[in-house]
Amino acid sequence: MDRALTLRSTTVGTKAIMAVTGAVLFGFVVVHMLGNLQLWLGAQAMHDYAVSLRKIHGVLWIARAVLLASVLGHAWSAFTLVRRNAAARPVPYKHARRDQATNYAARTMPITGVVVALYIAYHIMHLTLGVGVAAHDPQNPYNNVVNGFSNPLIAVVYIVANVLLSAHLFHGGYAWFNSLGLSNPRYAGMKRAFAMGLAGLITLGNVALPVSVLAGAVKPTTETFCSPELGPCAGPGVEPGR
Amino acid sequence: MSKKLNLTLHVWRQKGPTAAGDFVKYPASGIDDHMSFLEMLDVVNEGLIEKGEDPIAFDHDCREGICGSCGVMINGMAHGPRKATTACQLHMRVFHDGDEIWIEPWRAAAFPIIKDLIVDRGSLDRIVQSGGYVSVRTGAARDANNIAIPKDDADLAMDAAQCIGCGACVAACPNASASLFTSAKIGHLALLPQGGPEREDRVRRMVLQHDAELFGSCTQHGECEAACPKQISINFIARMNADFIKTAVTANADLKQREGQ
Ligand code: HEM
Ligand code: FES
Repeated sequence: MDRALTLRSTTVGTKAIMAVTGAVLFGFVVVHMLGNLQLWLGAQAMHDYAVSLRKIHGVLWIARAVLLASVLGHAWSAFTLVRRNAAARPVPYKHARRDQATNYAARTMPITGVVVALYIAYHIMHLTLGVGVAAHDPQNPYNNVVNGFSNPLIAVVYIVANVLLSAHLFHGGYAWFNSLGLSNPRYAGMKRAFAMGLAGLITLGNVALPVSVLAGAVKPTTETFCSPELGPCAGPGVEPGR
Repeated sequence: MSKKLNLTLHVWRQKGPTAAGDFVKYPASGIDDHMSFLEMLDVVNEGLIEKGEDPIAFDHDCREGICGSCGVMINGMAHGPRKATTACQLHMRVFHDGDEIWIEPWRAAAFPIIKDLIVDRGSLDRIVQSGGYVSVRTGAARDANNIAIPKDDADLAMDAAQCIGCGACVAACPNASASLFTSAKIGHLALLPQGGPEREDRVRRMVLQHDAELFGSCTQHGECEAACPKQISINFIARMNADFIKTAVTANADLKQREGQ
């Protein structure tokens, strides 16, 4: 037990937990973004994708459990370290300390982290559970997304949240290497470029979706779907689909 | 040719560890721009002594950038605005006539203020005492090149060994973390064959001591590296992390026993 304790009870170990859970979430965000891009392939593709996720028995729930554990572990280590770091300088500088190296993304990690957490909760309520969405149809994720983004307010919330997420991913994707000690001097110069490139691509993909709906390039469909994997179907007369 | 500078100082004055402190304004007139920052403070102190006032207490020893005792915040920057330069090696020519200069002690829970600009950096000493050494049975001195050390490793070890323990990394860190200091002290030994046998115990003990001293954790801002008068690279923190994580997850089963826990 002593070994695990050493990880959890030290600054370096807690940061390692933060980095590993952050990497899991990072991986999720990449896959999630690629999945989202299927919006451009149309309603059938989105429907089939939703069905296929549920067809791999148990995997969806295992993935959800791992993600939930990662979010909790990540939030726990963030909370632990933020509190510790505040206590490490109880009396602040009276003449403000001047930053010489850090950047905006690094300084706002706790804030962007909390915003992202709130956004995740909202996002699940909006598109997974359909809380308060009258036309929510589990059979038709395409329409759920397009109808949602047709409301400019919702689209802007998504755009802003994803831009803030990109800042979190940028510093996280950089810090991750150092926190786990994966830092060969030969590649040291590439860490920042790697983090910026990846965060940029993820954000580009995610933000492009609400933008293309707002711009009218992606429109709702009148098609209906029915697959038992996605639960009961919308109403009588709907043919059990593929 | 030298220029004379007339400056306004705002110096943190605090009578003792528990006393309340504040900035006090002092004029510093006719300062020769070839003076060092500490010589400028000497001039101001002479004036204070002549007036029968308490001189500004600041720490200093070597005045050549090697002992690490002179660190203060100068205009919000550890050791002042010049890269790779301790406060004692900072020359007044980096300032301009009429400048206002704020001088404040390092601030961290682990660095209690003793008086004015002087803080107690004993926490750094205790980190070194917890493992920043190699245990050798001393006997006759060995030949210098007895043990082969790859040149790159020796160079890197020397980079880390440049740390003078001034505490600027802590002072500059938004989290008041001593990760750069600790990793430098771990790194210069970990890179050398002599440091090998105790490598696991050392990183474990020193990180635990770092934490016990209430320093913060590293969030990779890079402020320490920018402030370090010896330009020690933040990559040493990554090395320390790698070593620590490796020992934490693979530690020899008998480590607990050896530590007498
Ligand atoms: C639950 C909400 C979240 C909170 C409160 C949070 C907070 C934090 C904080 C405070 C850090 C430390 C940053 C630093 O080094 O200064 C961090 C790092 C990180 N975060 Fe988050 N975050 C959250 C969600 C996420 C999400 C959703 C992802 C991925 C999509 C993510 C990915 C990362 C990564 C990869 C790191 C780097 C770990 C490291 O520094 O080594 N975080 N987070
Ligand atoms: S007085 Fe020794 S380093 Fe400045």
